[in-house]
Amino acid sequence: MNLETLVEALGLKCKCCWEKLKNTQVRGGYAGDLLSDVMANSSAGDIWVTRQVHQNIVAVASLKDLAGIVVVQGASPDKDTLERAGKEGIPILVTDMAKFEVVGRIYRLLSEG
Amino acid sequence: MSGDDLSESLEGIYHIQGRDFVDAGIVSSEVKKSLQGKGIPESIIRRIAVITFEAEINIISYAQQGTIQLFIEPDAVIIEANDMGPGIADIDLALQEGYSTADDSIRELGFGAGMGLCNIRKFSDIFELTSEVGQGTHLKSIVKLNG
Ligand SMILES: Nc1ncnc2c1ncn2[C@@H]1O[C@H](COP(=O)(O)OP(=O)(O)O)[C@@H](O)[C@H]1O
Ligand SMILES: [Mg+2]
Repeated sequence: MNLETLVEALGLKCKCCWEKLKNTQVRGGYAGDLLSDVMANSSAGDIWVTRQVHQNIVAVASLKDLAGIVVVQGASPDKDTLERAGKEGIPILVTDMAKFEVVGRIYRLLSEG
Repeated sequence: MSGDDLSESLEGIYHIQGRDFVDAGIVSSEVKKSLQGKGIPESIIRRIAVITFEAEINIISYAQQGTIQLFIEPDAVIIEANDMGPGIADIDLALQEGYSTADDSIRELGFGAGMGLCNIRKFSDIFELTSEVGQGTHLKSIVKLNG
């Protein structure tokens, strides 16, 4: 599924790199706030759901070739985070939903195909 | 493969400043870029990215300063991380998953889960960690390119 379809289905707000949404394929997902955990256990093409907003999340997503980052619970990504995401071409999506709900919805969407 | 004289295969030396969390990950990105376009499989590049990132974060978290060196040999990639810092008194303990001395300021950023060294070891084919208390820490990780 492409990232644009996922963003529309969940009503996520795009804070960075909307131009990449259509051509980014989402192959799976990973959720977590511990960067070492995400570094070690996420897979390329995953959409990453997190509460972290610091710019280091962009480094993680970029190093692991993740599809994008969903920041949950109404948290706002730092200005530096959005700048770095722009530079590295990492889509940043935000939502007021809690992590549990976001993950559940993404999981269902991806398993339906 | 990893004879003593690596100077010919040195691809880059990157300096890292302790406590500089703003630039965290920049060196790892540089290393990743250096590995691309050389016929190295993406999955191996991602393994090396994990190793470099965790080594970089440890220097930033615990040392005054350090360097990461990248060597590309015909059959392996070697990452060496050297720092001037407090060193590690008990290496077996530091290698236990979950053990961490990271303070709250580090944890707030999502680091300090005590998984860094474990992950470096897990993603390396050969892993060496030596340290002298009060001097610094030396880490060497070898990732083989053909099986
Ligand atoms: N370069 C280093 N210099 C001094 N101490 C270190 C260094 N790297 C790791 N350590 C020590 O080893 C512990 C475990 O490291 P690690 O597995 O990366 O987990 P974390 O960094 O999340 O604590 C650290 O909390 C720290 O006490
Ligand atoms: Mg660490």
